[in-house]
Amino acid sequence: MRAGRRIETPLGEEVVAELRVGDRVLISGRLYVARDAAHKRLVEDLLEGRSPPIDLEGAIIYYMAPTPPKPGQILGAAGPTTSIRMDPYLEPLLRRGLRGTIGKGYRSGRARELMRRYRAVYFAAIGGAGAYYSNKIKSSRLVAYGDLGPEALLEIRVEDFPAIVANDIYGGDLFEQAVRRWRK
Amino acid sequence: MRRISASEIEEAARKLVRATFSNLSVLEERYKLALRLEESELGREALSILLENARIAGERGIPVCQDTGVAVFYVRLGQEVVVEGGGLVEAINRGVARAYSEAYLRKSIVSDPLYDRRNTGDNTPAIIHVEPIPGSELRMGFMPKGAGAENMSRVKMLKPADGLEGLKRFVLEVVERAGANACPPLVIGVGVGGTLDTVGWLAKKALFREWGRRHPDERYARLEEELLEEVNALGIGPQGFGGRLTALDVRIEHAPCHMASLPAAVNLNCHVHRVGWISL
Repeated sequence: MRAGRRIETPLGEEVVAELRVGDRVLISGRLYVARDAAHKRLVEDLLEGRSPPIDLEGAIIYYMAPTPPKPGQILGAAGPTTSIRMDPYLEPLLRRGLRGTIGKGYRSGRARELMRRYRAVYFAAIGGAGAYYSNKIKSSRLVAYGDLGPEALLEIRVEDFPAIVANDIYGGDLFEQAVRRWRK
Repeated sequence: MRRISASEIEEAARKLVRATFSNLSVLEERYKLALRLEESELGREALSILLENARIAGERGIPVCQDTGVAVFYVRLGQEVVVEGGGLVEAINRGVARAYSEAYLRKSIVSDPLYDRRNTGDNTPAIIHVEPIPGSELRMGFMPKGAGAENMSRVKMLKPADGLEGLKRFVLEVVERAGANACPPLVIGVGVGGTLDTVGWLAKKALFREWGRRHPDERYARLEEELLEEVNALGIGPQGFGGRLTALDVRIEHAPCHMASLPAAVNLNCHVHRVGWISL
């Protein structure tokens, strides 16, 4: 992929303000890994007044559930899952300071509006590139919900994890732009 | 009459799953071909990463995609075969459980859709379609089916008056709505005819078809070509990043239906589409 701009977590508001749809980025630092079941629990914690097991301020959540690692590996395949399934859980997380999400596919209109309002970006990763992304992960730690198996909440450290800005805080959408340009 | 033991079937299912996941050259060839056809810059970048991904998967022994799917089996069972020493379904499930554990594949099945979404821990039960055929052969097809593309698939009971044009509109509508979410470039299975329950299977059966084959009826073969061209005119492109390649193939399976019906199903599969076969 074309070399991208290096960004680090936690994401500052000023970095988010500079990102535009179509920008290639290389993300380094801490990511939280969560998908359907972990989101349900996380949001239940928040709505019922319990403190969440992760610090969401400036955080990026990666929508993913890896294959189990072989002995000596950090994680197995670790590519993105479809983001739109997590849209119903987005607002309470944004309210706590979540500033970015990584996944694949397009987001709902409601999620896009929320990202604009709370100044958060969505990064598209390449679906099906599980081994490629696995190579970008330098450590992994179970944070919560271990009983969910592959859906548990993890904290991972990544180096130069490539992604593309798919929704910026100005309402831009990569997928809409793509179809407008390429539709015959 | 031919006797096949359940343990032979279990071993064949295990081997089939392992072999299907190990077959990376088919993916590398697919991405190389796609790179020759795709024009969009971002689409090509995505395809280059997918090609590199297949290479890394081979080198490091990691699955290409973390969604190692629900295990779908298409069993063509000769009517002269007698399965001994256990059940066919149980044998296949044991083979699946062993393969998913041995190969460090993800276990993605939850036990109950509504009340107890607890992971079953071994990726069973598999989805097993058994079709009786004449003779004494047992032939098993296996396809790991990821949820990203499955979730964007649809069934619709069209009206006979909708006809060919209605079917085409439906297919395009499904692909357009799926967009980036089904992980294009796609392989598209279309079922038409039958009933609500069978048309979904027709669409999935189309996905089991050998790569590069067209429908033997030239009218359907032509329709497959037309649909492929129209789907690729949508501009969705690899990963929804825009481009010429929204789908790699469209296959149609059809069946007779009630005079009042025109059932249609579109079963999408992602670019990591793989099917393996084994004969006993």
